[in-house]
Amino acid sequence: MPKKEKEEKIRYNSLVVDGVKYKTLLTQKFINRPIFKEKDPGMVKAFIPGTILKVRVKKGKRVKEGDLLLILEAMKMRNVVASPVDGVIRKVLAKAGDRVSKNQLMIEIDHEFKS
Amino acid sequence: MGLKSKSSDLRRRLRNARSGGGEKAIEKQKAIGKMTAMERIISLLDPKSFHEYDVFVEHAGKDFDMDKKYLPGDGVVTGTGMLSGHPVCIYAQDFTVAGGSLGWMHAKKITKIMDHALKLKVPLIGINDSGGARIQEGVNSLAGYGEIFFRNTLASGVIPQISVILGPCAGGAVYSPALTDFVFTVEKITKMFITGPEVIKTVLGEEISMEDLGGARVHCETTGNAHFYAESEEECFSQIKQLVSFIPWNNVKKAEKFPKKSPKTRQYKIDNVMPSDPKQPYDVRMLIKAVVDDSEFLEIQDLFAQNIVIGFSRIDGETVGIVANQPLILAGVLDVDSSDKAARFIRFCDAFNIPLVTLVDLPGYLPGVDQEHAGVIRHGAKILYAYSEATVPKITVITRKAYGGGYIAMCSHHLRADFVFAWPTAEIAVMGPEGAANIIFRKEISTAEDPDDMRKKKVEEYKEKFANPYVAAAYGYIDAVIEPEETRKMLVHALEISKGKEISMPRKKHGIPPF
Repeated sequence: MPKKEKEEKIRYNSLVVDGVKYKTLLTQKFINRPIFKEKDPGMVKAFIPGTILKVRVKKGKRVKEGDLLLILEAMKMRNVVASPVDGVIRKVLAKAGDRVSKNQLMIEIDHEFKS
Repeated sequence: MGLKSKSSDLRRRLRNARSGGGEKAIEKQKAIGKMTAMERIISLLDPKSFHEYDVFVEHAGKDFDMDKKYLPGDGVVTGTGMLSGHPVCIYAQDFTVAGGSLGWMHAKKITKIMDHALKLKVPLIGINDSGGARIQEGVNSLAGYGEIFFRNTLASGVIPQISVILGPCAGGAVYSPALTDFVFTVEKITKMFITGPEVIKTVLGEEISMEDLGGARVHCETTGNAHFYAESEEECFSQIKQLVSFIPWNNVKKAEKFPKKSPKTRQYKIDNVMPSDPKQPYDVRMLIKAVVDDSEFLEIQDLFAQNIVIGFSRIDGETVGIVANQPLILAGVLDVDSSDKAARFIRFCDAFNIPLVTLVDLPGYLPGVDQEHAGVIRHGAKILYAYSEATVPKITVITRKAYGGGYIAMCSHHLRADFVFAWPTAEIAVMGPEGAANIIFRKEISTAEDPDDMRKKKVEEYKEKFANPYVAAAYGYIDAVIEPEETRKMLVHALEISKGKEISMPRKKHGIPPF
């Protein structure tokens, strides 16, 4: 039967909905969907692509939530990036003049974080 | 000057006004596979049917020495004509004249033909090919866009509006197509975005090609902004002609009736399409072709959210809008994109008196954090809203699975379907047998000596009792359980009998759909 031959050429995947496994094809958008991971707020990432104007902290410095970490210039705005947590600066990966892309890690802060 | 010389003066003036941007600019346009504005209109419309207006309109720019410049037709051709025998109003931006940029008078020409379309109640076709706002005219070009968007909104649901993107369409300009009903694109020619690759690179440091950012494929596959994808302008025009043959001129007319034709049953047979196991996939488009006139199905947004299939066909000569879950892709689930796609189509059909035929076979909504966070609640609600508010005849056929929220959403009786038919293979249940048995018989399964064996037994038990159309039919939620081969016959009759359908909805200014 010609129909069967055609079916066998397609490589199906499976998708589970409510405990039932269905034979089907997946879309590229589905395959590339973001996989959820819990965020560590101590990993300070650029929320917008831009240029680092000033870095106000060094490794080992103790910071409180709300303390100024750095200034990130983007879309003609100087954005104040403040510490989201109480903790100690573990790593400073950004320096003044750096261009950062969105979600690029800029500063790591040690703090109490249960993952 | 006598009549003869006045006439020859007119011809000279017309020639001048229709000269476009000159030979060089026209050559450049052709080198990249593009036609000129006039060529596009001529090849799209019926032969010798185009009538141009406002040929002598001149631009109104005063600053930056613009007053010394002559821009033929101010970069846009407007007029009326016939498309496959249907009257249409049309405009085409002329990229060869000042990059097709939109100034105040250019916009005036467009809004004038839009006003015409709305008054005469005929479809509007806009061919976009423009570098954007004419910067020299400043705020007046912004005003021009605003006037266009406003009219797009007024005309929405009154006359069909078609946008054809045959060149750049950037910045604010993109919002006119976004407000219209159908957007046509052509590979390598369509370029549509709010901010172009240059700006994105300088401001954000992200590098991307124009094609990857806003080409035809991207808009047809990923963003869902466009509805039709073509390889060439010619192919695009034949798609437009096909679409226009399916839709009415306006919201009080019916679509053109065609001679009745049977499906091509030799090629498309329900028996050959359908696997009996509900977990096996099949291409629902083959099923559609097995029941509609001449097996002709014009699919819309065939590359976007492919887990739902939408498009136009005819049944007994009359246009129907078809919405069908596609088990071949993502098992046919509803998700953010597919709900959005179907809901908009349902609203188009309802606005333009096109009956809806819904083919149901889905396991429910797509699970996942990304879906939840992308707002599947809000987007999924759109499909419920669209079906509930639609007052055109609504006929539903449940072929296999109709589980959970998916069952309700896919034009169930509860959303006022006029007729719901189910095949004997239909399973109308709160969820798939495996899932349901696991919950209902949790205790029995976990305390059994052999839990796996017990689970299998309970799943079978559940299947036996509930995985069928008869439980729903016993409550009257299914009007008739039918043999698959009877589907077309049932649809023909249901559509015939629903022709005079009238229902009154509560009075309101307008609803507030979740968009």
